[in-house]
Amino acid sequence: MSEPKPLSLHVPEPAVRPGGSPDFSNVKIPRAGAVPRPDVDVDPEAIRELAFSIIRVLNRNGEAVGPWAGLLSDEELIEGMRHMMTLRTFDARMLIAQRQGKTSFYMQHLGEEAISCAFRKALAPGDMNFPTYRQAGLLIAGGYSMVDMMCQVYSNSRDPVKGRQLPVMYSSKEHGFFTISGNLATQFVQAVGWAMASAICNDTKIAAAWIGDGSTAESDFHAALVFASTYKAPVVLNIVNNQWAISTFQGIARGGSGTFAARGLGFGIPSLRVDGNDYLAVHAVAKWAIERARRNLGPTLIEYVTYRAGAHSTSDDPSAYRPKTESDAWPLGDPIIRLKNHLTVKGVWSEERHKQAEAEILDTVITAQKEAESYGTLHAGGKPSARDMFEGVYAEMPPHLRRQRQQAGV
Amino acid sequence: MARMTMIEAIRDAMDVMMARDEKVVVFGEDVGYFGGVFRCTAGLQQKYGKTRCFDTPINESGIVGTAIGMATYGLRPCVEIQFADYMYPAYDQIVSEAARLRYRSNGEFTCPLVIRMPTGGGIFGGQTHSQSPEALFTHVAGLKTVVPSNPYDAKGLLIAAIEDPDPVIFLEPKRLYNGPFDGHHDRPVTPWSKHELADVPSGHFVLPLGKASIVRAGSAVTVLTYGTMVYVAQAAAAETGIDAEIIDLRTLIPLDLDTIAASVRKTGRCVVVHEATLTSGFGAELATLVQETCFFHLEAPITRVTGWDTPYPHAQEWDYFPGPARVGRALVETVEA
Repeated sequence: MSEPKPLSLHVPEPAVRPGGSPDFSNVKIPRAGAVPRPDVDVDPEAIRELAFSIIRVLNRNGEAVGPWAGLLSDEELIEGMRHMMTLRTFDARMLIAQRQGKTSFYMQHLGEEAISCAFRKALAPGDMNFPTYRQAGLLIAGGYSMVDMMCQVYSNSRDPVKGRQLPVMYSSKEHGFFTISGNLATQFVQAVGWAMASAICNDTKIAAAWIGDGSTAESDFHAALVFASTYKAPVVLNIVNNQWAISTFQGIARGGSGTFAARGLGFGIPSLRVDGNDYLAVHAVAKWAIERARRNLGPTLIEYVTYRAGAHSTSDDPSAYRPKTESDAWPLGDPIIRLKNHLTVKGVWSEERHKQAEAEILDTVITAQKEAESYGTLHAGGKPSARDMFEGVYAEMPPHLRRQRQQAGV
Repeated sequence: MARMTMIEAIRDAMDVMMARDEKVVVFGEDVGYFGGVFRCTAGLQQKYGKTRCFDTPINESGIVGTAIGMATYGLRPCVEIQFADYMYPAYDQIVSEAARLRYRSNGEFTCPLVIRMPTGGGIFGGQTHSQSPEALFTHVAGLKTVVPSNPYDAKGLLIAAIEDPDPVIFLEPKRLYNGPFDGHHDRPVTPWSKHELADVPSGHFVLPLGKASIVRAGSAVTVLTYGTMVYVAQAAAAETGIDAEIIDLRTLIPLDLDTIAASVRKTGRCVVVHEATLTSGFGAELATLVQETCFFHLEAPITRVTGWDTPYPHAQEWDYFPGPARVGRALVETVEA
């Protein structure tokens, strides 16, 4: 043994920074159809390798192949296509609205549309999602009113949460969409509790927890896995690995762990990794995990491998920390284009139909936007009452808040 | 009616509510099979089963976070943090989530949740078994904060807290679990069996949150206090002969300002007493409210007798704990001012 040298601190760095050529050679992409589909009551120990591979259905030729294929009809896939296109259009319009000063803030889903849209289609009525701020596809695919979503973004007189929350922090109990919090990861463990409650009450409903790659570093990620594992809670634990947490590449949160899915293995939780830009794969894996939960077989952890193609938010400029062309180089492509190719190969979709759908959807979104704006935008037109500011802190307003409302003169 | 310790009264409150409402669930560290390190949940698992009363992993954020999820599902969790000193890992869940769910979702999601925490010093608990963090809760919009001082109140207030539609922080002065304590650590402790406030009605009864109790009527000075210090203030009044009106606040938020203001307007003087550290403690809020509402009736500066602005020490327990001598001096000085 040689004399020990002074220690040095390891700080992970992404492969490329602005000015460099995008490089995803380190992302190992298995062939579509290559990963087996185990029975839902499989022993977690027997499927450890699923936490290190990527479940994929759509191949390079746009064909659906392998054991995870064949769950959705053409009509369902076309519906899924329209959901993703609607979410992308919705995002584009709201992004412009923010730039026009109609609201203070917005966050897009660009490139991640398949995950929330396809997952939503695998749920049953009454199930509850505990989403982050980047799963609005759960609402779009769940049939929530786009006008209400926009009214929330505009904080106008029809805002369902009365102007109290930042834009995109939606809430809809009826649509199985838990109220979004700005505090990261808190909802991950709440979802486990909700699922435990369903089990305590011998109900048949399950919960879906959502978190991003960066937030898995939060303590509540760990808390959620411990509790889900201990009580075999009927919950699907979803990690959306879009490679970036604002400016921080996923290696900072992941550290020496091979994958985020691998985090589940230490808790004895079956853990799968899936192509997040493959609508069919997302849906198939979601369905598998939801069935496991519903059959009281316990939690499942799913890592969706995707790429955050847009800026983190309207307050962010990604060109300051990653190559501008990186999203074009992303090896799993674009979820909408991939499903489009698949439907075209099947002969149920075409360039013309796609263009027509785009036009229809744009028209629908613009109509919704006009209606939403008739109720006001952040700085113009109708807005929530200042009295609303004091309501809802408690079920019943305590004396000190009544005094303050009086002082505010509202 | 039965004579109970505070521990028994707290357990009885949970027992009553678990029998009455199947939505009530009780959990925390060592709460299930073992019945809690302070015995507050003894027998509940045996009586109601493992899905109604159970042990958890040692993770306070997990305890409160899962309880929030359960509350939004429709259960009424009554969870335990083993010591208030260990609530900090759950603070994000309490402040950012439990307190704000109703507000941020415009009432779509609500959080009928009780978080019980043994609090306070006077037991040689050192830095992490003695803290009184109530000001960290009273500062948070959306929380209610309760501190009972006797078995009767503990049961009635805990039942009210469990039935309350909003999250309630229920701080239990562990120094009072087995008997009242007036700060005279050199004298034998009287058990609750010798105390009239240990007569607790059997079955369901409620003490409304937000109502203070005048534990000693007086005319010379108003003492605003809660928890263990209620007994310290009573001892100080008796030993100094000052005719103090001692108010046990019982609930810090919502606060019974009417009872406070009526008393101070009558006495013209006010001393605030709590174990927690001075700076930015709940006493600062009380003093300000009294100043705002009773300024023209005040005949002396409002005085605070509290723990020092230091972490809670071990060996110096009785130099730290605001005992009857310190409180007594403040009463005399305020009356003579």
